[in-house]
Amino acid sequence: MGLDRLESGPAASDVVVQVAGLSHWYGAGAMQRQVLQSVDLAIAPGEVVLLTGPSGCGKTTLLTLVGALRQVQQGSVRVFGEELHGAGRASRQRLRRRIGMIFQGHNLLRCLSAEQNVQMGADLLPGLGYRARRDRAREWLRAVGLGDHLGKLPHDLSGGQKQRVAIARALAARPQLLLADEPTAALDSRSGREVVDLLKGLAREQGCGVLMVTHDPRILDVADRLVQMEDGQLSQGARPIE
Amino acid sequence: MLGRLWQGRRIPLAWLLLTRQPVRLLVALAGIAFAGILMFMQLGFRDGLFDASVTIHRLFDADLVLISPRSSSSVSMAGFPRRRLVQAMADPAVEGITPVHWNLLLWRNPETRGTRSILTLGFEPGDPLFTDPSLAPKAKLLQDRGRVLFDERSRPEFGPVAEWFRSGRTVESEIGGQRVRVAGLVGLGTSFGADGNLLTSHETYLQLLPNTPPGSIEVGLIRLRPGSDPGAAVERLQRQLPADVTVLTKEGFIAFEQNYWRTSTSIGFIFTLGAAMGFVVGWVIVYQILYSDVSDHLPEYATLMAMGYRLPSLLGVVAREGLLLATFGYLPAYAAGQGLYWLVRNATQLPVTMNTTRALTVFTMILVMCMGSAALAMRRLADADPAEIF
Repeated sequence: MGLDRLESGPAASDVVVQVAGLSHWYGAGAMQRQVLQSVDLAIAPGEVVLLTGPSGCGKTTLLTLVGALRQVQQGSVRVFGEELHGAGRASRQRLRRRIGMIFQGHNLLRCLSAEQNVQMGADLLPGLGYRARRDRAREWLRAVGLGDHLGKLPHDLSGGQKQRVAIARALAARPQLLLADEPTAALDSRSGREVVDLLKGLAREQGCGVLMVTHDPRILDVADRLVQMEDGQLSQGARPIE
Repeated sequence: MLGRLWQGRRIPLAWLLLTRQPVRLLVALAGIAFAGILMFMQLGFRDGLFDASVTIHRLFDADLVLISPRSSSSVSMAGFPRRRLVQAMADPAVEGITPVHWNLLLWRNPETRGTRSILTLGFEPGDPLFTDPSLAPKAKLLQDRGRVLFDERSRPEFGPVAEWFRSGRTVESEIGGQRVRVAGLVGLGTSFGADGNLLTSHETYLQLLPNTPPGSIEVGLIRLRPGSDPGAAVERLQRQLPADVTVLTKEGFIAFEQNYWRTSTSIGFIFTLGAAMGFVVGWVIVYQILYSDVSDHLPEYATLMAMGYRLPSLLGVVAREGLLLATFGYLPAYAAGQGLYWLVRNATQLPVTMNTTRALTVFTMILVMCMGSAALAMRRLADADPAEIF
């Protein structure tokens, strides 16, 4: 499902993300500090990969590199078969349109209603009329169970509801890869559970790969694969215990 | 085409960013409107004063005007030989002439006995002076000595002349120690150099100003035959007449006066500076508003960039905010400008009115102000790093 949308050659069709020998440094000169050391990682379509590890170990850096938000310094990051090493600002920005992002804070636009926020995601789709984009936004809000809260401002929604709006916004742009940074950090256990279940279900349906950074031990079981990170290095884990 | 545009429309982000913070929006609009009002007032005063300096000039029934080259403005008109005007009659294009005396005299307020200078024009009562035909019957009243026509639109400091006259009283006053009687009222209007106007006959004028050199006048009006070219006539007359007169078209005469106030006084500079102040104040206010607006929403802009929105499309949001602020700030400024012009007209009798040029000038300045501020505020957007929001 969703594989037909991948535009690259056959080698890339079975992976959404292919990271090889990725290293990254912050700072320069004597202050330089390595945050990633030859990281290798692959994500298949529809696969949910959870990335855990102590804070400051480089998880978020990996996420921003895969998300084409940062310039790759060393190694290779291929997303949808496109090499990000050496990719310019414009091509990275174009690629980001196919990547859904869910942030630790919900990062909704405060001045827009739930429906309008989701439509900001749908607006990125080319060739759709206003009505089609609006209907798509409404569908996604209904899919995340917020069909009765279309016109509400983020201010009037609970933390769990806001995060669900953010998920709807990310998915409304029909991404082939979803990146999530501690999406449950601000939520209680029940709504956190709901959010990740929803995320997983919808991602499956769309055939979209998921890379989720989390500290939350309550949600580790949603992962198809668990990846541990420590001091900038990955230790590939087995499937989580069911 | 319209349908395509309608289908292509997006969330009106700029509009929502502004309107979901009504207090900030109101402050911004008040600031822009204030700047606009300031510009309207200063430019209105400036243009009004330049306009007002030629209230009388515009009334003359003349195609060409002779003045002395030593005259610098309506408040310091020098004399030239009346003969020159008669010589001009020799030109085939000239149909008629009117010699006019022009001076500021001291009028005694018949009520308070205080004196104030008033612009006095002396002419032959039978000659055409103004284009307004209602003057001719009144001019006959000047044939008696010591009679004057008083401008009812003169400032009230000259005394309740018009009221007294209308109520049937005989109004008499004094000019330079000579008794004069008001024979009628005319409506001319004050000008920058003159708070009031008085018309009198050539004969009475010489009586009031006995030191006037014989045969000397200050202004010579020339009317041309229909169909003749005023520009060519000016050239011809200037060539034929000696250098002790300057020949102007009526427009040239008006420009001569306005030019004096524009260049030889600081009026133009002062009011233009005032308008520039309004511009700067408005710029600062709009910049503050837009800058803090962008700063407050920086994480949201960064989120949009992370989602794949292009920087130019976000800059467009700020630009549209500027455009909306300019438009909605201008409307109250325009309305208030109209109201204040009305107040000024009533209080000062100055011809301060809204005209399209000024309305457009102020709108352009507000637009430049808002878009310039938006452009500066956009630099803040460059700080929105999508990598920082994780």
